[in-house]
Amino acid sequence: MTKYIVRRLLQMIPVIIGSTFLIFAMVFALPGNPLAGKCGERPCPPAFVEKFRADHNLDDPLPIRYVKYLGDLAHGNFGTTFQGLNVLDELQKRYLITVKLAVIALLFEAIIGVLAGVLAGIRKGKFIDNLVLVSTLVVISIPTFVIGSLAQTIFGVKLGWFPVTTPSKPGWYDLLLPGLVLGSLSLAYAARLTRTNLAENLRADYVRTAVAKGLSRPRVIGVHTLRNSLIPVVTFLGADFGGLLGGAIITERIFNIRGVGGYIFQSINSRDGTAVVGAVTMLVIVYLFMNLLVDILYGVLDPRISHD
Amino acid sequence: MATATAPTAHTSEYQPQDGLLLEVEDLHVEFHTRYGVAKAINGVNFSVRQGECLAILGESGSGKSVTAQAIMGILDMPPAKIPQGSVKYCGHDLLTMPEDRRRKTRGPEISMIFQDALSSLNPTFPVGWQIAEMFREHRGMNKSDAYAQAVRLMERVSIPAAKQRVKAYPHQFSGGMRQRIMIAMAISLDPAVLIADEPTTALDVTVQAQIMSLLQELQQERHMGLILITHDLGVVADVADRIAVMYAGRIVEQADVRDIYAKPAHPYTKGLLDSIPRLDLKGQELSAIGGLPPNLMHIPPGCAFNPRCTMAQDICRRDRPELVEVGPHRKAACHFSEEVLNA
Repeated sequence: MTKYIVRRLLQMIPVIIGSTFLIFAMVFALPGNPLAGKCGERPCPPAFVEKFRADHNLDDPLPIRYVKYLGDLAHGNFGTTFQGLNVLDELQKRYLITVKLAVIALLFEAIIGVLAGVLAGIRKGKFIDNLVLVSTLVVISIPTFVIGSLAQTIFGVKLGWFPVTTPSKPGWYDLLLPGLVLGSLSLAYAARLTRTNLAENLRADYVRTAVAKGLSRPRVIGVHTLRNSLIPVVTFLGADFGGLLGGAIITERIFNIRGVGGYIFQSINSRDGTAVVGAVTMLVIVYLFMNLLVDILYGVLDPRISHD
Repeated sequence: MATATAPTAHTSEYQPQDGLLLEVEDLHVEFHTRYGVAKAINGVNFSVRQGECLAILGESGSGKSVTAQAIMGILDMPPAKIPQGSVKYCGHDLLTMPEDRRRKTRGPEISMIFQDALSSLNPTFPVGWQIAEMFREHRGMNKSDAYAQAVRLMERVSIPAAKQRVKAYPHQFSGGMRQRIMIAMAISLDPAVLIADEPTTALDVTVQAQIMSLLQELQQERHMGLILITHDLGVVADVADRIAVMYAGRIVEQADVRDIYAKPAHPYTKGLLDSIPRLDLKGQELSAIGGLPPNLMHIPPGCAFNPRCTMAQDICRRDRPELVEVGPHRKAACHFSEEVLNA
């Protein structure tokens, strides 16, 4: 197991280097001048331009800039934005909010999604099954910005149950509605995945054995069937959580949340390469670790999978 | 509390009358599918006594496994339906019993072994856990006691290093060892009736013999009623006391094992026996029963076997023969059983 983890960690190094280089190259290949409009209505004084370009290594060729960037990164320095703000500080502030939002979305998906899937799976073809199938289909078919705006209008503006927008330092409750909106799509998938797997596993031989052992129906389903049925669901939710930790541009925009997604969006718009690369590098690392965690979890849930 | 390994007398509300454990009467099972109704079992009667081994023999689709599942109460209903018949265990009809009461008979009273132990054991739990679950759920035993019982049972079915392997998973055992685990689980609560549904079909020949002798040994030690479901005549000969041959959802012949091997009373049984390879007929062509078993949605009128029977007459296509006495302890359902017997 340790060997496996070490191997996976080593595999991350080329992935991180490769992905950051690609992002680095792409961001700086974007047309546009970061100095445009920097000094108001008139062009910037040459001395300022020179210093700015030198500070941000803008005159070096791409590979050299990249190597310099990596060197800084190795020392834990994510660089500064064109506004002179420390990227790491900015990310830390925003990341906390993104994590909170992702946790709400994940809990919502896992609890409601799996529950709905189980109910549908054990009553396949009955009313509750059809209800789950139709309602998840509706959720899947409606884009997030529609669901988000609708939820904001109904529950925020009309009913006033939730804040319409979020403050700059949001608490759990402020993020509840955005979290539900963010998790709704994956909830639908999780419910359907649980339903299909459960319904299929209920016909498995070992479930028949469990019935023949004289176990009660709740135990046959809850212990013997559910464990196997949830393995793919856990994998899905884990990968989804990795995605959620990458921020949610649309949901963040609707509810005015200062999370990572919005930060990357802003930084791309202002051609702030250091900020984009810094943020994305972190997201890549988070995603890789989430994947590793999911794979390890998979081995724990399913003893047939060995990581040795 | 009854212990798992000692073959103690049964101390439950179910007491066999004169050693009679199980009586299946006029059992019918049909499957309602979108293509029509498949009549899998069409009036089956038999009984099982303490310490007796009844073999139910038949081809695929003859209804032998469905019979077992109907007795065990593990048929999926729907699509399955039991329109008539009764399955009495110690005089109590299992089919009309409240489900919760019936559930409690599975394990301590009637137990079952399945064909493919790999798919029949839960892949995500250790084998010891799965055996211990019987004691925890039915006897309310605590975890460590139940595990101790599991180890004892694994030792009883001759699993080497049982103590070390109790926490291993089904996929870490060989096929024969897995079937032993299945057996250990089935006999754990000392049931009065054990149903073995093709227990050796998925195993190779040398292991088959070991498993059969283990089953036989356990049956004699515990005085169980054993229902052995198989299509393998070779397996039956050594273990069974009586044989019921099934065809198209009915028993066509029922007799003591020696009688049936010496002189079958039904052309189908005769055909089955003739299709066993024999050393003294080496070099000759092996005889086989021509044709295929009938489609259970369209069972032919008269005797279901008539399209494949070499002796079929008009009466066979018209009247269905009933299962009647054709000798001491033996019954057959054939218009010409006398002729078959005297052939």
